[in-house]
Amino acid sequence: MQDFMRTFLRRPAGSVGLLLLALVCLLAVLAPLLYPASPWEMAGIPFSRPGENGMLLGSDTLGRDVASGIAHGARVSILIGLASTLTALCIGVPLGCIAGYAGGAVDSAIVRLTEIFQTIPSFVLAILLVAILTPSIGTIILTIGLVSWPQLARLTRAQVKTVSQREFVQAARCQGQSTPSIVLRHVLPNAVSPIIVAGSLTVAAAILIEAALSFMGLGDPNFMSWGYMVGAGRTVIRQAWWMSVFPGIAILLTVVAINLVGEALNDTLNPRISRA
Amino acid sequence: MPVISRLFAKLAGIVFTILVIATINFILIHSTPGDPALVIAGQSGATDAKFIEQVRAQYGLNQPFVVQLGIYIGKILQFDLGYSYRQQAAVSQLILERLGPTLLLTLSAFFLSLIGGVLFGALAGQRQGKWSDLVISLLSLLLYATPVFWLGLMLVLIFSIQLEWLPAFGYASIRAASFSALEYALDVARHLILPVITLAAIYMAVYTRLMRSSLIEVSHEDHVRTARAKGLSEPQILSRHMLRNAAVPVVTFAGMQAGALIGGAVVVETVFSWPGLGRLTYDAVTARDYPILLGLFLIMSILVIATNLLSDFLHRLIDPRIKGR
Repeated sequence: MQDFMRTFLRRPAGSVGLLLLALVCLLAVLAPLLYPASPWEMAGIPFSRPGENGMLLGSDTLGRDVASGIAHGARVSILIGLASTLTALCIGVPLGCIAGYAGGAVDSAIVRLTEIFQTIPSFVLAILLVAILTPSIGTIILTIGLVSWPQLARLTRAQVKTVSQREFVQAARCQGQSTPSIVLRHVLPNAVSPIIVAGSLTVAAAILIEAALSFMGLGDPNFMSWGYMVGAGRTVIRQAWWMSVFPGIAILLTVVAINLVGEALNDTLNPRISRA
Repeated sequence: MPVISRLFAKLAGIVFTILVIATINFILIHSTPGDPALVIAGQSGATDAKFIEQVRAQYGLNQPFVVQLGIYIGKILQFDLGYSYRQQAAVSQLILERLGPTLLLTLSAFFLSLIGGVLFGALAGQRQGKWSDLVISLLSLLLYATPVFWLGLMLVLIFSIQLEWLPAFGYASIRAASFSALEYALDVARHLILPVITLAAIYMAVYTRLMRSSLIEVSHEDHVRTARAKGLSEPQILSRHMLRNAAVPVVTFAGMQAGALIGGAVVVETVFSWPGLGRLTYDAVTARDYPILLGLFLIMSILVIATNLLSDFLHRLIDPRIKGR
């Protein structure tokens, strides 16, 4: 573990990413303490410039504090990013495992399905799903999970395929262990590191999808989110740039941080691949 | 003969994909807690009982599930995508009207991102470790993490509001009716610049990173060393021996990104009020006009398949080895 951290932190990009990510998480955790009032409530005079009327990042068209919205939005973004990646993992990893280990007709059927889902414009499917299921935190998480699993399934399949040909797996098979036990105890643990890396990058992609959905007006109406803030500030961008600039920077920094951490993870967990 | 059988396999694959998408649509219609007839009719509040009855009869909603699916797919194969009660028009007609602007936007962005990505990636790869490589790599890292809609807004803020160089939204000026053909084309081109740059920038970032690593990989190959040993100049080695080879994975990847590109177009058209399929999507989302959304999903998927074919063709153009396969 210590070695792992040392290799991870040796790359400056990885440390920068981790630091940024820690800041965003801290903001998400502290949001109810920093801004106890609901981010939907009026906090001051509408159209206050940044720094005016005691609001660090200004207020929006209805006098809501932009900084409070960003703090509370961090909670939503991180929650949706993690939960929808978990959903995607729950679909993609089992499918990839079955395809990679079973082979044959099952494999080609799953590969075909994955390919179709990769062809489909996933953001359009996400819009359709959320619109029909009505927007809420739950349906948004489910939807992003449903459009994000194909890459994870493909990767898991490829990994499982190579690992299951190794000798220790054959040995386990000869011992008469059951297939689920072989897959869960011998194959998956040895195939997992690229999946972790891909999973971390999926979190970043999920945050971007959530932002775009709520920008299109398909966010959960009960939770403040960064995408919604940019969308709401868009019509008055001529008079009030800060309403759409700051939430966008929050999205940008969070996604950059996760991508940096993901890349550093990749270099640490798969040193051979990254150096080749 | 293999050419024909390959073509046939490809066609069968396309038809199968379209059938799967139609089935997804069908499942979605039935996954709402309410009456599926309401979804097909695209109504939530005010109901026109007569129209709903008509829909129910047309789509056979009183019949078994399998028959309903058959009817639905049959309608799609006849290019009947339903009727938007709100807009009082056939969905297929509404989509066809908006197809042109979207094609203009996405194809321009596709080629711009590809050309830009290959050029910047080659530049960065060629100068690995120098400051220009660092700047390009850092920029692409940032762009890759930027939400598309926000990038568009920032470009509007800088180039339309601050500098007043380019129009902030729309397809053509209001005075466009009095323009000559050439003036009109230039006017549309001016309106096209910001949306295309917005949409292309993010993919350009991806292709730049890919091209950079691909070029570095190619630069270690034997034929490049041979070229260098022959005494060819660096620009000659780059243009004749490395660019094509290194660009192959980039073009392959670009073809796979077609779906994401169209998804991005939805957001970009929303930001710039570009009158294409994306703007239609946004309006349909706001009005919860489900027949239009379902139709759009199908048509956009078909567009993606068409783009895949186009990138296949490009692939053959730059990599003649594929022909044999």
